[in-house]
Amino acid sequence: MSLTTLAKPVVRRKKIQEVKWHVIEDFCKGCTFCIEFCPVNALEESQKLNVKGVHPPKLKSEDACIGCGLCERICPEFAIYLEKVNTNEKEEEKK
Amino acid sequence: MKAVQEFEMHHPMAKYLRTERFPHIWCEGCGNGIILGCFTRALDELKINIDKLVVVSGIGCIGRIAGYLRCDSFHTTHGRAIALATGIRLANPNLTLAVISGDGDLFSIGGNHFIHAARRNIDMTVICSNNFNYGMTGGQLGPTTPLHSYTTTSPYGNIEHPFNLVHLAAAAGAVYVARWTALHVQRLTASIKKALQKKGFKFIEVVSPCPEIFGRRNNFKKAIEMMRWLKDVSEIRHGYDPSKAEITMEKIVVGEFVDVEKPTYEELLQKKYIKVQEKLREKNAG
Repeated sequence: MSLTTLAKPVVRRKKIQEVKWHVIEDFCKGCTFCIEFCPVNALEESQKLNVKGVHPPKLKSEDACIGCGLCERICPEFAIYLEKVNTNEKEEEKK
Repeated sequence: MKAVQEFEMHHPMAKYLRTERFPHIWCEGCGNGIILGCFTRALDELKINIDKLVVVSGIGCIGRIAGYLRCDSFHTTHGRAIALATGIRLANPNLTLAVISGDGDLFSIGGNHFIHAARRNIDMTVICSNNFNYGMTGGQLGPTTPLHSYTTTSPYGNIEHPFNLVHLAAAAGAVYVARWTALHVQRLTASIKKALQKKGFKFIEVVSPCPEIFGRRNNFKKAIEMMRWLKDVSEIRHGYDPSKAEITMEKIVVGEFVDVEKPTYEELLQKKYIKVQEKLREKNAG
């Protein structure tokens, strides 16, 4: 794990949309753009090694992602995607 | 195999891409993947019919983009991407046409095709991935290499003045000229969307990091350092004078420089065609 990712704490900000964050681990080439440019520093390098021999990113905690979609857009490898969670359904389930 | 299946099943952009060819072969941290992502997102947001879309690419690293997009696409000979696109436009004016190519292809060997297509105002969107050198052949000095930077064929620093691509396009008569870097993903997507909806010759330059070939000779040890450099030196100024927007290692002015309306070549051709037909009919009747 690099020192730069350790130095940045997660910024708490209001969520833009409710999403589930996914990474296709074997697509990652380890450029770390997603980790560097995440506006809330929600990502870090994981301990795992993928087929290309790099550490793919992972979420620091489940609720850290605010769903802005920047990592999905800036990933040159198409390795990150956000799955939209329908909040209305969730609320109905609670009821 | 599992990763490719997951990509095909779940990634929102997978329907625009030939998923069997993924993961792509571009280097770690290359901006070409970001340009491909922004282009597919622009297609998705505009809901463009991909059966009516043609993408032409030339030779170079970014030339592979034609093979990755799931639409009618051509990978042409060196420098002739715009020449082929001109033919496609004249053969079928109803298509959405985009040329995505590199700085070496569009401005060194294909320079004349570019300025004359811009002069004629042929309806096409040209996206140029500017990585400052000939990346695919080993990092030789190109027409866009910034002054005093190092490449394999300029080991003591470049002494040639580079092209200012936005100024060249604006002077040649393009109706829409913009420059972004691979870092400005949202603005680049918006710019591509705007260009695809507009009529005429549209030009978007994308400053793309080339960490493996250009970066490592210019004190950028990792891809992320090149991206941080782009963040530090880029300055957004819409409507800025393109003649002053030269790229140096200290400053890159980005934004939309030109946005005007002009009759396109096909419109003028169609009008002329109808006029000549009427004239011939009168002559034959008389």
